Parts: sequence; C-alpha cells; structure tokens
Amino acid sequence: MGFDQYHEPAHELPEETRTFARLCASLTEEAEAIGWYQQRLAVEPDREARAIMRDAQGEEFKHFCMDLEFLLRRTPLWREIAEGILFGEGDIVEQGEEAEEAAVDGAAARGAPVTGSTSLGIGNLSARSTT
Amino acid sequence: MSHLLREHAPISETAWRLVDDEARSRLTPALAARKLVDFAGPHGWEYSATNLGRAQRLADAPCDGVWGAQRRLLALTELRVPFSVGLDELHDVERGARDIDLGSLDQAARRLATAENSIVFHGWESVSIVGIVQAAKHDPIILGEDCERYPRHVAKAVELLLGAGIDGPYGLALGPETYTRVLETSERGGYPLLDHLHNIVAGPLVWAPGIQGAVVVSMRGGDFLFDSGEDISIGYDHADAQSVKLYLSESFSFRVVTPEAAVALGEAT
Repeated sequence: MGFDQYHEPAHELPEETRTFARLCASLTEEAEAIGWYQQRLAVEPDREARAIMRDAQGEEFKHFCMDLEFLLRRTPLWREIAEGILFGEGDIVEQGEEAEEAAVDGAAARGAPVTGSTSLGIGNLSARSTT
Repeated sequence: MSHLLREHAPISETAWRLVDDEARSRLTPALAARKLVDFAGPHGWEYSATNLGRAQRLADAPCDGVWGAQRRLLALTELRVPFSVGLDELHDVERGARDIDLGSLDQAARRLATAENSIVFHGWESVSIVGIVQAAKHDPIILGEDCERYPRHVAKAVELLLGAGIDGPYGLALGPETYTRVLETSERGGYPLLDHLHNIVAGPLVWAPGIQGAVVVSMRGGDFLFDSGEDISIGYDHADAQSVKLYLSESFSFRVVTPEAAVALGEAT
C-alpha cells in the first residue's frame, strides 16, 4: 500500500493534516472513477451493463460530494470560495475570481486558521518566519 | 476527531467563529515573545519534544567493549487555561447578538499570553526552560524611574550587543508598567520617548505582559527558538445547565541558542 497522499514526512504532520490529506486523496480517486465510468458508458453498447455502470457512477458522485463536504467543513476559506462558485449561474471564471478575492482578503484580515488545522492560526507574529 | 473535541460542544458554527475571533483579537496584541523570537511549527499535538542535537554519553554499558549515549531532547510544555461562556449568551448569538459576554475568555487569553511571555523571558525551571533574561550573558542594566534616561540605557544595551558581535535589528520588550511610563513620557521638545527608543533599536517595541522591566534582544535570527507543537487552540471540556466550559491550550518548547544576544533592563528600583 502506498502513502502517496503525503508530500511531507507523515510523522511530521499533525493528525488533522493527515486526515485532510487522506480525504483529498479520496476526493481525487472519486473524481477519477467518475471520469472512468463516463468513458465506459460512452463506448458500452450492452444496455444492462450500461445500467450497472450508471448506478456505479451514481455511487461515485455521492462519495465525491461527501468527501468535498467534509473538506469544506474543515476549511472555512475553501468553503467561502466554493459558496461563491457552486450552484450559481453566469460566468464561472468570473464568479471564481470574485469569490477568491473576497474570501482571501477577508480571511487575511481575520487572521484565519491555516488549512486543516483547528488552531486559531496565530503562529509567528514577527516579520521573519523560520518555517 | 481532534483531541479538542470541538465537535461535541453545544456551540453553533457562528458562535464558534465569534469565540475564535475574540480569542485571536485578544491574544495577538499580548503575545510579545512571538514578535521577537524565531517561531518554528506548529508541528501538531502529537509533537512531544525538540531535538537538541546533542547526546549524553552513558557511564555504564550493556556489555564490555560497547559504550552508549542517550540523545538529549527538550520535552514540550503544555499550557491550558479554562474559561466558560454562558449558554444564554450562545443562544443570543443565533438571534443575531454580536455583543455577547466573553469576559472569561478575555481573561484566559491574557493569562495564556502572560504565561507564554513569562516562560520565554524568565524561564520555567519545572519544565527545564531557561528564559532569555536568565540566560543573558551581559550584566543587567538598571532602568530606574527617570524615563528621560531610558534612551541612554537602551543605547548602552545595543552597544553591549554590538560589542559582542551581535548584529541587529534589535527588538525591545517592555513590561506593562515600563511600557506605560514610556508611553506617557515626552522628551524636551515634545518628542515621544517611544519614537526615540524605536530609532535606537531599529526594530519593534512590544508591550509584553509577563515581563519584569524590559529586554533588548537581537532579531537577526537563530538566537532564540520557539518550537510550537500545537499552536494556541480552543478546546471543549464539558457543559452544564448554565455554561459551556472551554479552554485555551498550546504546546511548545523554548531555548536560547546565543546567550550573548540579549540584555536585560532591570525594573525601576
């Protein structure tokens, strides 16, 4: 079994960051599976087989959404940006840019916690940082 | 699930945001040490010790012809300060109130910041942390009560550091009483003493609850190391019919690498 979801030594990562990374990896796998079923459905001529694949793809949609919701709940900044983009109408890129700008500026002003952490995100207060 | 058990607290997301924001706003002005020393991490709650990079050779051995050494570590210190928030106040948050009573949190934040500053500057023997003032190699300079002489004392401290080959910029941590005296003082011509001191050290002047007197430190980097395990967080303890019991907590170690890089300015006598 591989541990490719970690880009830093796992033993140096906080528990919540490891959980965050596992769910990010899971989200990626669900998105890949959705794409694979989409391709299989595009070429499969057997009606019964297609029905099974469509059912299986529905499962992957559910898994993807559950992973995403978990990550958004743990990452207020991500959630705020997502709220500005998802389930809307109009220009997606434009909405994305506006949502990012508003959320990042607001988070910076609040000193929001770092991604995947439950701390207050205060950290280093000097002008210089060592890590 | 995090050990902080925040998910179990009867507190809505809106109220959590309010509590976290209040804690952050109260802590940030008072966490003086973090404005002056090197900060590494946070490494997480499971991080238990700082590697000192040294080993202690052992007197005995498991068998002939073998010698052993034990690595030296500095165990992290955990700080925890309880506080409570009234359930009625939390319910009012859901009604749109934004002026809820967080007095207990404010006191806890002040206590935690004071404790952190005190440990960094004055040490804590029980956890083997030697503070900057204890470690400083230079003789302390007595500030006295005559504020107009403070620039001379601070300049002398900077001169001591330069003489020891310790480069700047330098920072000046001032205990609350000293800070107030400095703030209230204008020199001849109305020039604020705070600005004059700032020009001498070429770095920040910080209000530092938990510090007695004042301390000049070099901020060139690598001299004073704050190693954060879990950065300051709010956890849930329990709830009763009237209030929710929470706590502020953090874990860290601190060590002085260069005792020549600081000069203590003793309290007024």
